[in-house]
Amino acid sequence: MPPNPLRNPYWRFLVAGFRGQSAYPLATFAGLVANATFGLLKGGIMGAAVDSSGGELAGYSAATMAAFVWLGQGMLGSVNFWGGSALQDRIRTGDVAVDFLRPVSVQAAHVLTDVGKGLFALLPRGLPSVVIGVLVSHMALPGDPATLALGLVSLLLGIAVSHATVYLVSVAGLWLVETRGVAVLYMAVSGFFAGLYTPVYLYPDWLLAITLATPFPAMMQLPVDVLSGRVTGWAAGQHLTVQLGWLVAVLVAGHLATRAGRRRLEVQGG
Amino acid sequence: MADRLRAYRAVLASRARSQASYRTSFRLDLVGAVLVGVIELAEIWVLYSATDEIGGLTLAQVLLVFGVADLAFSLADLVAGHCDKLPVYVRAGTLDVFFLRPQPILAQLVTSDLSLRRIGRCLVGATALAVGLALNDVAWGLGAVGLLMLAVLSGFVIFTAQFVTAAGLQFFLVNGAEMTNAFVYGGRYAATQPATVWPRALLVVFGTIFPVAFAAYLPVSTLLGTRGVAGLPAWLGWCAPVAALWAVVVAAACWRWGLRHYRGAGG
Repeated sequence: MPPNPLRNPYWRFLVAGFRGQSAYPLATFAGLVANATFGLLKGGIMGAAVDSSGGELAGYSAATMAAFVWLGQGMLGSVNFWGGSALQDRIRTGDVAVDFLRPVSVQAAHVLTDVGKGLFALLPRGLPSVVIGVLVSHMALPGDPATLALGLVSLLLGIAVSHATVYLVSVAGLWLVETRGVAVLYMAVSGFFAGLYTPVYLYPDWLLAITLATPFPAMMQLPVDVLSGRVTGWAAGQHLTVQLGWLVAVLVAGHLATRAGRRRLEVQGG
Repeated sequence: MADRLRAYRAVLASRARSQASYRTSFRLDLVGAVLVGVIELAEIWVLYSATDEIGGLTLAQVLLVFGVADLAFSLADLVAGHCDKLPVYVRAGTLDVFFLRPQPILAQLVTSDLSLRRIGRCLVGATALAVGLALNDVAWGLGAVGLLMLAVLSGFVIFTAQFVTAAGLQFFLVNGAEMTNAFVYGGRYAATQPATVWPRALLVVFGTIFPVAFAAYLPVSTLLGTRGVAGLPAWLGWCAPVAALWAVVVAAACWRWGLRHYRGAGG
């Protein structure tokens, strides 16, 4: 008899992350309030920027810019731009030694739990953000089911790339123990390169070239492009390919770093 | 008086020493804090370079708004930023210890930590302010200097008051701590923007309830004589101290209300 896929431990990590997050409804609501406030402020300034450049800015109209702002705000609860994770605490306190004793991959367990949390956040934070966006602005929405389906795949890939990259920050702790400094640097650059504040297409050419050479646009800018219907057809397929490429790259890097780092790990205290 | 302050001074000095002693971590933190500020400036530069002006401000003018707002906020963050930690103390029950000491709770909370890395942020704000003043055509005189100093000082008081207001509300929210980010950090973000681009509802929130529009935009608008929010007088920037006073009243009320609500976490 084949094993029940629902009993697979990795599936369980994903579900545990999803369900763990649902235990804090007030925290989730609070996050939504903060998200919405920032969305209104961002929508105001970006809308004014489109207006003052004659209704079109770097290929964005008022409607697609509003979609950029509100889809981006909706993703904020699901991707990680602050660089912290539960694994960092476990490495610092030495609890990670227990993780290494378990007969499952440490990388897969942590990344899947975080992706599960991120997927849950789409319900109480992602969807309401989009609803608020629709109510306060004339934001562009995906027109047909195919765009929406591609967009959702792109969204899932974006969430996965984000958490698999933060895993790299955390696993640096196997060498450094305290990764606060690395996380702060991550926080400083990730949002900027991901297109959290302004679309990366506004950047001058040299800066855009640097930006597109990092995994960060795959976390937010590309999924928002696909979801909002800014790119469709082949171009959307290209976006998804780039995202998939980055996901494989950061997962492999994480795997190699875990293998090398676990030999370096020294648990302090006793 | 000097005797009573000595205790706080000793505590703060020990906090400062303890941070600087982990040198690598401290340096990385300092670099990180500066980098966060520089990247925020870069965002403004990107956005304002893409178009001539936004909401009636040019890049040079918004740089001055950003400088005043960021310097005021960084100073407030340096003094009161760790009020953010209150929910952690409440959940862990460590706040109860504060009640046992013969010092005001708020004074203890404020001196419970001192993040020297936040000095890095002040440098970014001060630099933006200096560059903004150099780039703009300011009619220098006693009035201009007075208005600028009034703006930074009022901004500092307003942002400090926001931190305290947030701390007072944390006694009720605890797990919903992120809600106060909407006006503390959202307020900081709002203060660096021209108020002309806000929807009406935000104008009410950030112009009156949490009056961060008075921290930078309105005084700078008065100073440079830019086209302000339609229907508001040009001298409104001079009212920054009134806004600061209002923010302090709100903060005091919220803090007292929260403290009276607090019943301890057991243990």
